[in-house]
Amino acid sequence: MVWNSIETTRREALGLASILGFAALLAPRMSFADEQTVAAEIKKLYGDKKLESGKIKLDVPEIAENGLVVPVNVEVESPMTDADYVKAVHVFADGNPLPGIVSYKFTPACGKASASTRMRLAQTQNIICVAEMSNGNLHMAKANVKVTIGGCGG
Amino acid sequence: MISRREFLQATSAASALLLGSGLGDLGRVAAQQRLSQADIMRFDPLGTVTILHVTDIHAQLMPLHFREPSVNLGAGEAKGLPPHISDAEFRKYFKIATGSADAFALTSDDFVSLARNYGRMGGMDRIAALIRAVRAERGEDKVLLLDGGDNWQGSWTSLQTKAQDMVDIMSALKVDAMVGHWEFTYGADRVRQIVDKAPFAFLAQNIRDNEWQEPVFEARKTFERGGAKIAVIGQALPRTAVANPRWMFPKWEFGIREEDMQKQVDEARAEGASIVVLLSHNGFDVDRKLASRVKGLDVILTAHTHDAMPGLIRVGDTVLVASGSHGKFVSRLDIEVKDKKVAGIRFKLMPVFADAIAPDPAMTALVEKVRAPFAKDLARTIGKTDSLLYRRGNFNGTFDDLICNAMLAERDVEIALSPGFRWGGTLVPGDTITWEHVTNATAITYPNCYRNQMTGAQLKEILEDIADNIFHPDPYFQGGGDMVRIGGMGYAIDIAKPAGSRVSKLTHLKSGQPIEASKAYTVAGWASINQNTQGPPIWDVVAAHVSKLGSVKIEPNTAVKVTGT
Repeated sequence: MVWNSIETTRREALGLASILGFAALLAPRMSFADEQTVAAEIKKLYGDKKLESGKIKLDVPEIAENGLVVPVNVEVESPMTDADYVKAVHVFADGNPLPGIVSYKFTPACGKASASTRMRLAQTQNIICVAEMSNGNLHMAKANVKVTIGGCGG
Repeated sequence: MISRREFLQATSAASALLLGSGLGDLGRVAAQQRLSQADIMRFDPLGTVTILHVTDIHAQLMPLHFREPSVNLGAGEAKGLPPHISDAEFRKYFKIATGSADAFALTSDDFVSLARNYGRMGGMDRIAALIRAVRAERGEDKVLLLDGGDNWQGSWTSLQTKAQDMVDIMSALKVDAMVGHWEFTYGADRVRQIVDKAPFAFLAQNIRDNEWQEPVFEARKTFERGGAKIAVIGQALPRTAVANPRWMFPKWEFGIREEDMQKQVDEARAEGASIVVLLSHNGFDVDRKLASRVKGLDVILTAHTHDAMPGLIRVGDTVLVASGSHGKFVSRLDIEVKDKKVAGIRFKLMPVFADAIAPDPAMTALVEKVRAPFAKDLARTIGKTDSLLYRRGNFNGTFDDLICNAMLAERDVEIALSPGFRWGGTLVPGDTITWEHVTNATAITYPNCYRNQMTGAQLKEILEDIADNIFHPDPYFQGGGDMVRIGGMGYAIDIAKPAGSRVSKLTHLKSGQPIEASKAYTVAGWASINQNTQGPPIWDVVAAHVSKLGSVKIEPNTAVKVTGT
């Protein structure tokens, strides 16, 4: 498992917010990844290979309850036999200082290609998941997670 | 299954009955003569099952005024669809006569003169009378009573008793099941304590322990009524941990959990349920979307967004019920079951006109009992109002203007922020403002009114974030509530723009100057979701301001310019 690290915690970043009553999205002055950064990461791994849709079930909340620990569950449809299995799954975030969240390697002995973890999200952004199949095919799924200041509920 | 004509049947019957009534100042007596308990109760029964739904009572034990919104905009696919219509458009859609009792109960224009005609609505003893009468008519074994949540919060008595007053009242009412949202702001321990002892079920399929993902509450319960098995699935507000202080229930995780919901429906069917009901606190637009994605729900009893609609809304094979708030309505659904399936549904939104309904004496006594320890406080006069004081509206309400004015004056700040809560009673011009009225609009467990500095950029960011919470085109990304209310600052908003670019032209009202992104402003606000917020409770701030003024007059608020509707 490969974890990225973020020096400034969101909690610190939100500093003033905690006094304000409307928490806050005050991003620290650091550079963030974007769609291109994530595309570049994927290219580093797999070159210009075509990314197909389908097969991946990417389960993330629409709105994060706590930006520090946002649950992410990934499941890739596959028989997981020696002839046909999922080799790897990579999760990226396009609005964090570093785009890489986690990479999983699978073998047919895993039985199914599913994994869960929690990730820290600095702001509202897309979570991008790429699955590499044993025949070399690539699949991709994307979901938006909103990181909000909250409060003011009816 | 059910035609639109049938949906509106109950409505048109009710409107026909009241056509021509209530126009002009007829006086209370005339209104009362026209409208009787029998009119409110009139219903052509169907099948063997009756479901009664109340929701978002917000701890209102006594009859009150509650003005529905004049501005209730829908975003994305919900734009222009009910409940996102108001006043003339609403009356046209639901075939309600102008000036009628239904018009008074469901729309906002001409509120003051109609309030004089029709009097207050709600009151737990009136609700109890209607429920008792339906049980007597149908037989107790045929009636299921469900509460959609936001029942335990919203009054001084509920705050002081940590919801015990409402728990006692709802127990006496023999409610069968409820769900939660504001309930959770009493803290996880208090909620657990009540739920463990309560004679009613507290259901939530979408709350999990955040360590092991174990369910915190029972997800659903099956009831047998009129020979049919009815599965009730509970859904708490999915955004509770975002909308309210998460530190009050730090081990709970919420969310919509659509797939788990589908599993609940499938399990309920497998166990032989003929009727599957979602007792929901999702909010109407979320439920409308959910109904199109989760298969096999017969009825969704909606809540949270406080919409009241005198007709059912149908999505596929699911019907959605919107029963309003503050005890103004009791929804009745009669359901006919054939071959273990729903064969027909008949609906009526029963308006709880306090002057037309003979109160249930036992409930009157219980309400008096739970209020007695606080009676002197509640009745204390703080001032009076010359203006209509209401809360509902997407961008502002006059009661919120009063709260903002109080913060500006009492906390000596340039800008005041007040949350877009949808609860709190309405006062008409000439009304005395009592401690009860002040606290009906402010009673929460995190009331501290902070005073701080914020830059213009931060203010803009806050407005953008909250705007997205209301106007995100996908309801699953919304959080409910209305726009934060602002004193001392104006702005323009284009609700159709994407997140982060809706709000512009922030203006410091006193100087007429644009708000500068890098400049710091003094700001007061309340209902902070952060622990250890410092400052006096907001009710003291409001009461101090009102008692200094003596009588309140709110000038028309034109500080928010709205486009993109």
